[in-house]
Amino acid sequence: MNHRILSLVMSRLLITAITLVIVSFAVFFATMMLPGDTATILLGQAATPEAVAGLRTAMHLDEPAVIRFIRWFGGLLTGDLGTSYANDMPIADLIAGRFINTLKLAGVTALFSVPIALTLGITAAMMRGSLYDRIVTVLTIGVISVPEFMVATSAVLLFAVYLKWLPALSFANEVHSITDLLRVYAMPVVTLTFVVSAQMIRMTRAAVVETLNTPYVEMALLKGASRKRIVLKHALPNALGPIVNAVALSLSYLLGGVIIVETIFNYPGIAKLMVDAVATRDLPLIQSCAMIFCVGYLILITLADILAILSNPRLR
Amino acid sequence: MTNLVEIRDLKVEAKTDSGRIVEIIKGVSFDVAEGEIVALIGESGSGKTTVALTLMGHARPGCRISGGSVRVAGKDMVQLSEKARARVRGTEVSYVPQSAAAAFNPAATIMEQVIEITRIHDLMPAAEAKARAIELFRALSLPEPDTIGNRYPHQVSGGQLQRLSAAMALIGDPKIVIFDEPTTALDVTTQIEVLRAFKAVMRRGGIAGVYVSHDLAVVAQIADRIVVLKGGEVQEAGSTEQILSDAKHPYTRELLAAFEPKARGAAPVVSQVRPILEIENIVAGYGTIQSNGLPLICAVRSVSLTVEKGRNLGIIGESGCGKSTLARTIAGILPTCGGRVIFDGQELAPSASKRTHEQLREMQIVFQYADTALNPAKSIEDIIARPLSFYHGMYGAARDKRITALLDMVQLPASVRNRRPAELSGGQKQRVNFARALAADPKLILCDEITSALDTVVAAAVIELLKELQRELGLSYIFISHDISVVEAICDEIVVMYAGEKVEQVIPSTAGKRPHHPYSQLLFSSVPKLDPHWLDGLERDPELVRAYCQR
Repeated sequence: MNHRILSLVMSRLLITAITLVIVSFAVFFATMMLPGDTATILLGQAATPEAVAGLRTAMHLDEPAVIRFIRWFGGLLTGDLGTSYANDMPIADLIAGRFINTLKLAGVTALFSVPIALTLGITAAMMRGSLYDRIVTVLTIGVISVPEFMVATSAVLLFAVYLKWLPALSFANEVHSITDLLRVYAMPVVTLTFVVSAQMIRMTRAAVVETLNTPYVEMALLKGASRKRIVLKHALPNALGPIVNAVALSLSYLLGGVIIVETIFNYPGIAKLMVDAVATRDLPLIQSCAMIFCVGYLILITLADILAILSNPRLR
Repeated sequence: MTNLVEIRDLKVEAKTDSGRIVEIIKGVSFDVAEGEIVALIGESGSGKTTVALTLMGHARPGCRISGGSVRVAGKDMVQLSEKARARVRGTEVSYVPQSAAAAFNPAATIMEQVIEITRIHDLMPAAEAKARAIELFRALSLPEPDTIGNRYPHQVSGGQLQRLSAAMALIGDPKIVIFDEPTTALDVTTQIEVLRAFKAVMRRGGIAGVYVSHDLAVVAQIADRIVVLKGGEVQEAGSTEQILSDAKHPYTRELLAAFEPKARGAAPVVSQVRPILEIENIVAGYGTIQSNGLPLICAVRSVSLTVEKGRNLGIIGESGCGKSTLARTIAGILPTCGGRVIFDGQELAPSASKRTHEQLREMQIVFQYADTALNPAKSIEDIIARPLSFYHGMYGAARDKRITALLDMVQLPASVRNRRPAELSGGQKQRVNFARALAADPKLILCDEITSALDTVVAAAVIELLKELQRELGLSYIFISHDISVVEAICDEIVVMYAGEKVEQVIPSTAGKRPHHPYSQLLFSSVPKLDPHWLDGLERDPELVRAYCQR
């Protein structure tokens, strides 16, 4: 049986690898389609045609796109992300610090949102139809419907402008104590928790409700099992697959979807870096940031699928 | 306090989807004495399972016990708190579910679930509970009793799971066990073993039981007393012999009548015997075709048969023997991998999409579940009108007239025309399903388990209708079922299938001919009879049982 699990996991990993190639292809050619010629932009309006042509040759811009793609992809695989057009620094150096900041924000948010979401989702499912369940449902739907810039701006208005409790901007590099940490992270984390929890709560509730309706849960009830035992021993293990998937989907948003939150709070994360890169038409940087988002998403989804495979007793 | 269970004037309410409150149990009263097995019998919707579950103080979601009392060993389950009820469940009253396959948690081992009751109620240490479970496995004649508990539910067969669920119910030494249609989902050959195991264990322990079933013959084997339910009310109650031999209530008599062996009746006179359908060495299955030309999972292996015009062929066999696949292959839904289908002298293309309009029209198929075969969004009129326009190009008044005639043929009132399938009963839906096939004016109708989802009485009426239509329209049927009595009632010849192969072709036993093949013998002898001593008197060759009842 273990052989089957291994082959399933391996085939899942293979699919991930293939997806990665396709995604990088898409990222490369999507950024190619951005308007404007890089050499003209770099040299400015006043450049002579000879200078532009010279730069194009130097940057290999005159080669066919496929060759450039292969060169770029090969660089990615060996860890060479290229050089920034805007300030001639290696992109790896530019990204490194920012990426850690984004990971920090994502990590802190996950630390809060996952337990909160799972608890709310599971308890709402257990008390299905009760006032509590309805309140949770209404609130989560409400939170899903409110756009995050609305939540973020309201938070800034309330806590930074009127109450003056928290700084409006989050400079993660100025953290020296726990209080600093709380002050810097409070608003972005709360905003992101709002955004990602809602989906997790809904999915967890749905998955647990579905298993609670099964005959084996009724059987457990008729064995005299307590509510807690029914949920923990019988419903949850069978709802694990969908829940892990919902969590992975929501968390992947923390890597790629934080653009608005990082911009509003001026948080020095990777999404903010990408926004700046778009402003300066720094193609290699945009490509690298996009690839990081895609790879993060792929890793999370693959992990969730592998967990679902491992938690399926039929494959044991 | 003489009786273990005393139910008095029990009332249960249910809330419908539209929020209306309906009383589904309308004042039921009966008793169960110590060590006695009482059967609750009735059609689906009669409230038999609802009543049985109140013995544990449980009402399914949407239902509520609204009145009366259910005293089990002196405690009124209706009045107890949920906590107190939980203490009784598993220790004094326990439950054997209808579908053990669904009632076992797929994520835990069998042993864990069998001894869960002892863990919940802190009855005994785990090691002792395991030893006791193994003892019960042995008593229920399960294979490999020492190790079967280490497996997961999907690794054992349906019949074994059903016995394992009985072990699960008995582990806490209950005073009374509720059996909720425990053999309905099993094949007849497996049912015998399960019934025997149940009976032996219950008798040895002197345990009382409430046995819920719609099958009088099964109940006759195991129950001391029978309570007949209909529409949430007790119609009749009495000892098993009394009910079987001297039923007072018309409904009980109707139930019994549905059991009487109905002869096929005189086969319709056919002027010249001419085959309408010939099948030669059909091979069919699922999955990719292997290098040897066979599909990955071969469901039908080289089956040949002939249906003569105006006569009926029955196909029987246990679930998974390939009988439905055969029907789908003949109809062209699942193309054959080998062999020929000759219909009315012409060889048919393997796939329905390559057959001509006329060929499609002349052979119709009726599926088991009318619920899923009828489009829930369409009215009955639209459902029947579709084949009329498609095959005959009928529109307007002519089509209207034909719809009325078809509804009349299947004995449905014209008032159902504008209703949707969900508003009809199971039997009515199956009639619509059949009318749709008739609309094409076919020569042959493939009936795939069309009575299996129906109650005995309703099924008998549908069979009557089929026979009548055959007399009027000169149709031929291929009638697929796992229920031998149904097939015997309508077919001139019966093909027995086992593991994808045709084992034997027999003429129904009423014609005096007995099956020869050992599997057919086993199958025919496994059909429960109304005689209460039938199970005890039944002798089966253990070799045969071992060879054909691995599942």
